[in-house]
Amino acid sequence: MSDYTKMWSSIGLDLKGHDALLSVLGNAYSDIFLSQKNRPQGMKYFDFVMSEVHGLRIKELMDAKAQGRKVIGSYCVFVPEELVLAVDGVAVGLCAGAEFNFEGAETLLPRNTCSLIKAAFGFKLGKVCPYLEASDVVVGENTCDGKKKAYEIFGPLVKDLYVMDLPQTKSEMGRALLKEEYRKFIKKLEKVSGKKVTVASLKKAVEIVNAKRKAVKRLAAIRAADPAPISGLDALLVNQVFFHDDPIRFTDSVNNLCDELDHRVKNGTGVFPKGTTRVVVSGCPMAVPNWKLPMLIESSKAVIVGEESCVGERGSRFLTEVKGNTLDEILDSITDRYFNIDCAVFTPNPSRCDYVKEMTKKLHARGVIHYSLQFCQPYLMESGPVEKELETSGIPTLRLETDYNQEDAGQLKTRIEAFFERIKRK
Amino acid sequence: MRYAGIDIGSRTIKLAVIENGRLVLSRKSATSHNPLEMAQDLMDDAVFDVITATGYGRHLIRGHLACPVITEITAFVLGARFFSTSCGSILDIGGQDTKAISLDNEGNLCKFEMNDRCAAGTGRFLEVMATVLGFTLEEFSAAALSAKRAVKINSMCTVFAESEVVSLTSQGAKRNEVALGIHKAIVSRSACLLKRVAPMEKIFFAGGVALNDCVKILLENEMGRPVFVPPDPQIVGAIGAALSASEDV
Repeated sequence: MSDYTKMWSSIGLDLKGHDALLSVLGNAYSDIFLSQKNRPQGMKYFDFVMSEVHGLRIKELMDAKAQGRKVIGSYCVFVPEELVLAVDGVAVGLCAGAEFNFEGAETLLPRNTCSLIKAAFGFKLGKVCPYLEASDVVVGENTCDGKKKAYEIFGPLVKDLYVMDLPQTKSEMGRALLKEEYRKFIKKLEKVSGKKVTVASLKKAVEIVNAKRKAVKRLAAIRAADPAPISGLDALLVNQVFFHDDPIRFTDSVNNLCDELDHRVKNGTGVFPKGTTRVVVSGCPMAVPNWKLPMLIESSKAVIVGEESCVGERGSRFLTEVKGNTLDEILDSITDRYFNIDCAVFTPNPSRCDYVKEMTKKLHARGVIHYSLQFCQPYLMESGPVEKELETSGIPTLRLETDYNQEDAGQLKTRIEAFFERIKRK
Repeated sequence: MRYAGIDIGSRTIKLAVIENGRLVLSRKSATSHNPLEMAQDLMDDAVFDVITATGYGRHLIRGHLACPVITEITAFVLGARFFSTSCGSILDIGGQDTKAISLDNEGNLCKFEMNDRCAAGTGRFLEVMATVLGFTLEEFSAAALSAKRAVKINSMCTVFAESEVVSLTSQGAKRNEVALGIHKAIVSRSACLLKRVAPMEKIFFAGGVALNDCVKILLENEMGRPVFVPPDPQIVGAIGAALSASEDV
């Protein structure tokens, strides 16, 4: 690995804290990912990306900045990457997946705040997220109340925080609000980049992002095979890398991986034996390096075959269908695409549960594990009705509530194993 | 064939051996700081052909003994059936866990709930509270049953409840009334877990806390259903593990 110390210092990282973070991350990665058996060759690319996640990729961002391109960081799948690409910007997902410097975060936030928000603050205050430090603009979004209010406190900590409002109902007014917010966001992007969004640049951007989502959708569909050609952990990793890799290179790498997986399916080979218990995980996003639950599940003789999550199908299953040739018409198409996302901040939100059922069926899953982060009101509230609806439809469901620390790993393992024993005895 | 089951709990390790559908051996010992050694002592001269492990220490033993493992939840389902076929749900209150389980019409595991992370409202909670009030566990239950009214306990955290109890007794609250308040608190929490799995018919009550008569009586009142406590409620998980071995063979 090259020496990136100079680059890290130049963007203001705290080198000591950052070293500590990287060493924990590296160890966790080799224990959880590299120790898996029968991994596809195509995962080598993602191993490389992860080994250089704070190195080469950051260098690429710095090079892009040197060429006058802007880096736009965000925390949510409602922030359209298409718009960022249309001003020749670089869109990156920001770090919020590890229990780092929570004690620092708790000096600014109530203790009963979800891990995702605490992590974003912990990383910022500890100065260990190079993506955040390299961002010219950080985009916040009014999803849940926790994030909405947290951005008020976050604002003074970063160079340029831009907060986008989001609708809470799937109504005409809600859609109009979203479109207006996207229009405002374009103006903001044009201002910081000094470049205009044109029909051509927006069409090109939509094409790039659609190709990226298509590749991930292809991967999702291949996982319907038994034996599973790829582990849930590896597939989750691909979905995580989705948020910070170069989109075109990422798309090629996912398609290469899928070519290999198609061969595996044809030959009937997989990562676990045929007949291994198959589950869908549904709920809150799992940002890098939040691998706790998938690891517990896949070390209990089961395989995850799909993620109904922002880091998963919720973020990637819809494509933008461009209708029309004016900027306004393309913006309409983009709004339609994002307005489909069935995040639990919407009320009511019936399409989410319908889609979990659909996924369970098409991926031949035997059950659903519903995952909520502690203190995540929207998903915790929704988990009860979702469980009831799934169980009524004959889909065994296990509801789990947890966060980033490891203290409940033993209890979670007991619940997960008992759930699989229940499924197998049926 | 002699089928054994070992249940390595947080406070107690239990061993059961089943032969021809009858319980032929049952042993217990405190888990201590060295559960593996205690488990080996328990199994030392016991005669059996196959063994299955369960309990929170189930994976610990697997490294030392080639045996299948099952979770406590499945073990309790199988173990409860050994004692009674007319129960629709199971409540197990052990040393650090509370589990509520509902069964389907064929007696299979239907739904389950467990307490989150800490040992609030479990056997360990009762032990600590008894000590704070200066009772043995037997005296504790009897004292609670003798109280005409209960002093309300608000905290379910073992640490906070201890301060609360100390503060109540220093204000002159009667010991047996505080004892009843503690029992009511534990029952209300367990009943909440049970209601979430929608219990049907009779409730099978297992685990060390089922030895406490006051909890049993309060639970019957709270749930409005009969509660059945087997002759030795602590051995249910070990029996379940033994029975699972007999199913596998």
